[in-house]
Amino acid sequence: MKSFDYVRAGSLAEAVAAASAPGAAYLAGGTNLVDLMKGGLTRPDRLVDLTRLPGLDRIETLPDGATRIGALVRNGALTRDAGFAGRYPAVVEALLSGASAQLRNAATTAGNVLQRTRCGYFYDPASACNKRSPGAGCEARGGITRTHAVLGWSEHCIATHPSDFCVPLAALDAVVEIEGPTGRREVPFDVFHLLPGDTPERETALRAGEVVTAIRLPPEAAGFAGHSRYLKVRERTSYAFAVVSAAVGLRLEGGTIADGRIALGSVALRPWRAREAEALLAGRAPSPEVFAEAARAALAGATPSGDNAFKIELARRIVVRALTLAAAGTPGRMPALPASPFATSPTAGASHHA
Amino acid sequence: MGLSIMSIPITLTVNGVRREIVLEDARVTLLDLLRERLDLTGAKKGCDRGQCGACTILVDGTRINACLALAVSHDGASLLTIEGLADGDVLHPVQAAFLDNDGFQCGFCTPGQILSAVALIGEGGLAEEGGPADPERVREGMSGNLCRCGAYAGITQAVLQAHAAMTHAAMHAPDVLPGGNLTEDAA
Repeated sequence: MKSFDYVRAGSLAEAVAAASAPGAAYLAGGTNLVDLMKGGLTRPDRLVDLTRLPGLDRIETLPDGATRIGALVRNGALTRDAGFAGRYPAVVEALLSGASAQLRNAATTAGNVLQRTRCGYFYDPASACNKRSPGAGCEARGGITRTHAVLGWSEHCIATHPSDFCVPLAALDAVVEIEGPTGRREVPFDVFHLLPGDTPERETALRAGEVVTAIRLPPEAAGFAGHSRYLKVRERTSYAFAVVSAAVGLRLEGGTIADGRIALGSVALRPWRAREAEALLAGRAPSPEVFAEAARAALAGATPSGDNAFKIELARRIVVRALTLAAAGTPGRMPALPASPFATSPTAGASHHA
Repeated sequence: MGLSIMSIPITLTVNGVRREIVLEDARVTLLDLLRERLDLTGAKKGCDRGQCGACTILVDGTRINACLALAVSHDGASLLTIEGLADGDVLHPVQAAFLDNDGFQCGFCTPGQILSAVALIGEGGLAEEGGPADPERVREGMSGNLCRCGAYAGITQAVLQAHAAMTHAAMHAPDVLPGGNLTEDAA
């Protein structure tokens, strides 16, 4: 690991000032950044430690019913907050399906959102990668591409965003609160992460020196609590990144869907909100046919970026399964295997052949 | 403001003992600090990248991977390592349960497994009210600790036994010491 200057910020203003130096990076939980630094993939000259900043480790209910998750709230702490889990069960199910308990206890809200892709070529310093070295090329193209993107990719980058947490946040219309050299601003969650285009080195809407201070869930996000799920297909039962995942929420009124939400994970370089599919749900009664129609619409623009056409059909099926389970109702107790489509509990419902 | 070439003093409480430490380099992780500076080699360096869990310790009561934790960022923290878990010669119920159930073979991952299990049982949620722990929830909760010998069956049994012993002990002797040690021999 390259050596670096260490600055412990005592206030947001101090942090932003310290991070304005070239080569500076913000440090919070370190679960992604320290790993990248050990691999020589990120080589900051200065780390600005945010962990002592006051007031950013709170989960607050705002007067209008919105919930603000402070940037420094640890993922593990968020899963153990009973009030939060009751209002946003799919967010907690997504968090619990990701990483390990040890990593969740260190990783922060903002750090999870800002984590880098797990593309094997990005992680291999010997491979060409346009994210690491703009213009170098993308060695993933034509390589081992089973888990790469099927939506929103470009010839310059076919990586995916690996976060589970981000998928329900996109579905629930979360807002990213930001502070920076030019003051405060907000960015809607589903456009916070940038698609690669011809600048895959640009990953988020953050500008130089800006810092995420909170993620806010709007008042209506809690309206999906009774009918929401996160489902995640993995290569092994636990402690693995998603091959494909889906977060869904339904607001049912008198037997019809008043509002439906669908977002997909690990299919693109951003958590993928499927608004066209959602529009097909509105005003309809839940049924296998309606769910299948929505799933087709969600993947309508998908194309394989390599040897991964199976992910398109897999994503359709996981959308149908998630909607079916959500319609049946959010489980009263978190499943033993959060987000698993193969949960052994008989109350988990759907068959393996959605 | 840069401190990389300066000495950085930090204070840690390690297994109940306050330690003043001067870091000469901000790159030092808690794992390297424990092993190389404090001669506490219980926490193991397996992958050193947050994947295997062999370095699991408790920091302010929660389990984390010490290999990804920069020491300088944890100034003031309280650490519990395997060396601080037993109460003198009396093993912690989780340690005793690993012995009773052959929860290991080579032993390299065991300190991390045991501290992870201590935290898992403390987090709750393994059992319905008053019932036994669910083996599936134990396996899921322990999935951040890899065992290359494949002693998983014994590890799961050990956590189930420890959960039962600690739940029983907590009902009959609620005065658990801060380190998680019980005041009676619950094993």
